[in-house]
Amino acid sequence: MTISIRSVEKKFGRYPALNKVDLEIADGELLALLGPSGSGKTTLLRTIAGLEFPDAGQVLFDGEDVTFASAAARRVGFVFQQYALFKHMTVAKNIAFGLDVRKGGDKRSKDEIARRVEDLLKLVELEGLGKRYPSQLSGGQRQRVALSRALAVQPSVLLLDEPFGALDATVRKSLRRELRRVHDATGVTTIFVTHDQEEALELADRVAILNQGRIEQLGTPDQVHDHPETAFVCGFVGEANRFEGHVSGGRFAAGSVTLPAAGAADGPAVAFVRPHDLVLDDAGFEVRVERAHVQGPLTAVSATTLDGRRLDISAARADAARFTGSVKLSARKAHVYAA
Amino acid sequence: MSRDKHTARRATDDPLWAKCLLIGLVLAFLALVLILPLVAVFAEALRKGLGAAIEAASNPDALAAVKLTLLTAAIAVPFNAVFGLCAAWAIAKHEFRGKALLITLIDLPFSVSPVVAGLIYVLIFGLQGWFGDWLVDNDIKIIFAVPGIVLATVFVTFPFVARELIPLMQEQGVSEEEAAVSMGASGLYTFWRVTAPNVRWGLLYGVLLCNARAMGEFGAVSVVSGHIRGLTNTMPLHVEILYNEYDFVGAFAVAALLCLLAVVTLVLKTMLEIAQPGVRGHGGH
Amino acid sequence: MGVTVTVLSLIVLIPLSAVVLKAAEQSPAEFWAVATSERALAAYRLSFGAAFVAAAINGVFGVLTAWVLVRYDFPLKTVVNALVDLPFALPTAVAGIALATLYAPTGWVGQFLTPLGIKAAYNPVGVVIALAFIGLPFVVRTIEPVLRDAAADVEEAAASLGASRIQTIIRIVAPALAPAWLTGFAMAFARGVGEYGSVIFIAGNMPYKSEIAPLLIIIQLEQFEYARAATIAVVMLAVSFTMLLVINAVQAWARRFD
Repeated sequence: MTISIRSVEKKFGRYPALNKVDLEIADGELLALLGPSGSGKTTLLRTIAGLEFPDAGQVLFDGEDVTFASAAARRVGFVFQQYALFKHMTVAKNIAFGLDVRKGGDKRSKDEIARRVEDLLKLVELEGLGKRYPSQLSGGQRQRVALSRALAVQPSVLLLDEPFGALDATVRKSLRRELRRVHDATGVTTIFVTHDQEEALELADRVAILNQGRIEQLGTPDQVHDHPETAFVCGFVGEANRFEGHVSGGRFAAGSVTLPAAGAADGPAVAFVRPHDLVLDDAGFEVRVERAHVQGPLTAVSATTLDGRRLDISAARADAARFTGSVKLSARKAHVYAA
Repeated sequence: MSRDKHTARRATDDPLWAKCLLIGLVLAFLALVLILPLVAVFAEALRKGLGAAIEAASNPDALAAVKLTLLTAAIAVPFNAVFGLCAAWAIAKHEFRGKALLITLIDLPFSVSPVVAGLIYVLIFGLQGWFGDWLVDNDIKIIFAVPGIVLATVFVTFPFVARELIPLMQEQGVSEEEAAVSMGASGLYTFWRVTAPNVRWGLLYGVLLCNARAMGEFGAVSVVSGHIRGLTNTMPLHVEILYNEYDFVGAFAVAALLCLLAVVTLVLKTMLEIAQPGVRGHGGH
Repeated sequence: MGVTVTVLSLIVLIPLSAVVLKAAEQSPAEFWAVATSERALAAYRLSFGAAFVAAAINGVFGVLTAWVLVRYDFPLKTVVNALVDLPFALPTAVAGIALATLYAPTGWVGQFLTPLGIKAAYNPVGVVIALAFIGLPFVVRTIEPVLRDAAADVEEAAASLGASRIQTIIRIVAPALAPAWLTGFAMAFARGVGEYGSVIFIAGNMPYKSEIAPLLIIIQLEQFEYARAATIAVVMLAVSFTMLLVINAVQAWARRFD
């Protein structure tokens, strides 16, 4: 199912949570809404689910206006941050709930529901746990119950709010792959909210980066990482050293630091340099190495410029010995934005 | 699916008609069960005018009842406040076996009928009781006298302060106390300077409820009082006597005073809850 | 610690044991005869029956009141909220004479009930009315915090799975409230069984008909039948302890899904 968000606005009191948001989501796509807390990403997700209603704008499902349709009428699957499992029901009952409450022509037979529950338990690798209560499960298992409960109603779109937020690091990684697998197996249009860029970049087909109720950039993980369109995106996605300075004649300068800025207009600007884009270069600017240590295949270096700005550099492991005392650096590439 | 902005209803919202119906139903029920009796007391008290009501509430017997009620509360409330602090301190800040049992036992007077509470003191201190002969020999009167009334009141109001403070102190944990002790403070000093200030609003809340019950207690006090006018009648007992003598203006005039006490208690309690949301009551009484 | 146990023993435990010891002065046969006399049985029936009906009434209106107070906004909500505690703050004797006056055949409410053939005072109906007054806050105040702390996301989850509002309330909200509801019911019931002050004015106090168990204790006392009074008190204490156990069991049961 395609989803269109058109000029959606939402205020909580005087605080604008969504500010004229436009977004088109293709059928079968896996989209991440990425942003810091308070950026409006969860509000946008809840607006799509019908758990919030916008002050202005439209939400369309396959071209049909559902802006003010109730959550119950939308057939979306929603996975809540804290899972919101029904704790007085068994896992099987939780998963069956969406089918159990159907009435009229939509009603499913008991056998059919039981079969569907079994299939879903198999899909999320929880076979045999149907009779447990949520309190008897681990965090990762609860998350998978929440996922299969949302999938049970064969939703036209699957929405997940910080789906891995409450889990520890190792479980997060395996569940991330699991979500990708489930998405590929079901083909359901999926949107998930996260503040973790690694999660968004690894998992999603496309990433929408939100800041202060606006979408700053929408694109594939590669696009947003390698070609950030705004200073915010550049600073938020991937690691970067940030400088405030001036552009003049295609060069950016901030104190002793100079960076390439081909094509940037003259005037005050902000520049970002990824740690791996800083290389040793005798013609470059001088920094003092504070600390260099080996991290797997890389060398992580902390340094200070002559006027006291801190810098992070990521170099090859073989170069570790060269980072001592004073070294000279230049940037292979910098992202420069007019301030 | 086509609803508009005004009819759209959030998932946790009830339909407007249901809201109106429920609010109406609840307000009607509360008006019938709670407000009407309150209004009736004042209406009956003022049936023969304000003057008659004031006179009925200020004759010597009524004044004696007011004095005894105040005296009883003045003994029972501080006693239970101090006990409540000690008990909550012992329970919340220390680990020992049988803690749950101790909490249940402190709560026990809430589940005992007030009449039974009065009865136990008659059985102990009454003429035929355990100490009956000894008390007669030494010319000490407890039952049908003020000490019995105080004892019965202490019993029925026993848990009020403790049960407000126990959960409050448990929430606050022991880290502040441990910090104070580690800096060399003595146990008593720590209690007065660290623990007590943290729970003062909870203490006030408990004292407020304790006082309302102490001044209003009827069943337990009725059993041990002997209903001697001017001597062992508290205000609620005085209300009963006047009512049974068909002196309705008198009965309701004194009752109106007790209503005022209840209203003041509720106002103070509400103010405390608004100013100190943490002290919200901990269950029934 | 020592102080706590000492005071507790002196004020509560030793005095309570006096009742049991007094009742034990009789032979078991005597005890049984008094405890199960015709008049005592009638009094238990009334006290337990009326307390049960009153707790049931409060079970319904207490839930509604808590729901309205937590979920809705309306004018004077603070006042209404404060008023719910009136039965805790108002002396029971005052409630008793006020209710008796209201529901007497000529009273404000009674005058409308008499033509309908309903007698609401000086009979068991009056006892139920008084106990309904006394018990209301127990149910409201035990349900309220549970309702307040209940996470909205569970209701939202049910809605997004296609449940109607009424299905959500019956299948998701009600089971979550059930333990608090039972606890409130049990507390209102326990309080109602032992209640005295608010009841005696409206009950009529006719032996075998509208005489509550606590009143029977007082009547025995006035006739200096201390052992008999203690016997009935022991029966009531046993019920109180049972109710305490029931309440604790309900609360333990409620925690099983956490």
